[in-house]
Amino acid sequence: MSWTLVFVLAGTAYFFKVLGLVVVGDRTLPPMLSRCLALIPAALLAAIVVKDTFSVGRDLVIDARAAGVAAAALAAWRKVPLIGVIVIGAAVTAAVRVIG
Amino acid sequence: MLRDPRMRQVISACITLGFAVGVFAVSFGVSAVSAGASVAQACAMSLLVFTGASQFSLVSVIGSGGTAASAFGGAALLAARNGVYGLAMAPHLEGSLGKRLVAAQLTIDESTAMAVAQDDPAHRRAAFWVTGMSVYLFWNVGTFIGAELGTAIDPTKYGLDAAFPAAFVAILFPVLKDRVARRAAITGAVVCLALIPFVPVGIPILAATVGVLFGIPAPDGDAAGRTA
Repeated sequence: MSWTLVFVLAGTAYFFKVLGLVVVGDRTLPPMLSRCLALIPAALLAAIVVKDTFSVGRDLVIDARAAGVAAAALAAWRKVPLIGVIVIGAAVTAAVRVIG
Repeated sequence: MLRDPRMRQVISACITLGFAVGVFAVSFGVSAVSAGASVAQACAMSLLVFTGASQFSLVSVIGSGGTAASAFGGAALLAARNGVYGLAMAPHLEGSLGKRLVAAQLTIDESTAMAVAQDDPAHRRAAFWVTGMSVYLFWNVGTFIGAELGTAIDPTKYGLDAAFPAAFVAILFPVLKDRVARRAAITGAVVCLALIPFVPVGIPILAATVGVLFGIPAPDGDAAGRTA
């Protein structure tokens, strides 16, 4: 990983934070734009979850991670705290690998 | 201020949340070094970028062989949501420019969520600052521990490669409260999976943002509603 990437992302992330809080402040955005921006986490996080669960590079696979993430999803749905969800996801994945 | 029992509750909840996020940071540190970042780079990201989902997304794409540009694109889009949080927090965080520039760095999922959950303006400000500072502290300590650990162990042996999507699942669930968000999430997931075999790594994540187009129609019950 390059340092350039680290610093460019740092600058970009801070830019957005300052843009919202300091530059735009309490002026309001067009409602349609706010609604779309508010959906970014849902669309992107869901995509990252499926990518990290079902792919290796450009190959789609079903392996131990699928079991681990399914267990984590169940835990999250049952309102297990974040730490518990992570531990369950990792432990189930590791266990399935040992058995498999 | 600490004589107010509600304030004590708010502050202790915020500190506890920071600690929980610190554990999440350990898994970020591990993921970052296993994706090829150095310990110093992992720590620099947590100190300077300081927005978990973007950091995770960056190392995830780099780790699976994506280009720097595609890794940056996804991470930057995720970072954009902090701008939206800033808009939500701006009316509650008046003060000098210097103070607001510091507040900006602490404007993330957790600090915003804890702040908007309070009814009283003083509690709201306290929740923002205490959560922001506590998450900042624990996030950086956790990253360092994880990065050091990550160079010493094989992450797959402990299932730590799944810690990553597991953590995202946990963050995703509360986001899916309404129907529009669920549609955006399902669309994002399907588009991403469908594209993975055919386009360079990182691009499917960017393409998944088409899911946000569900935000274009005005919500049901809005008299001035447009249709999609």
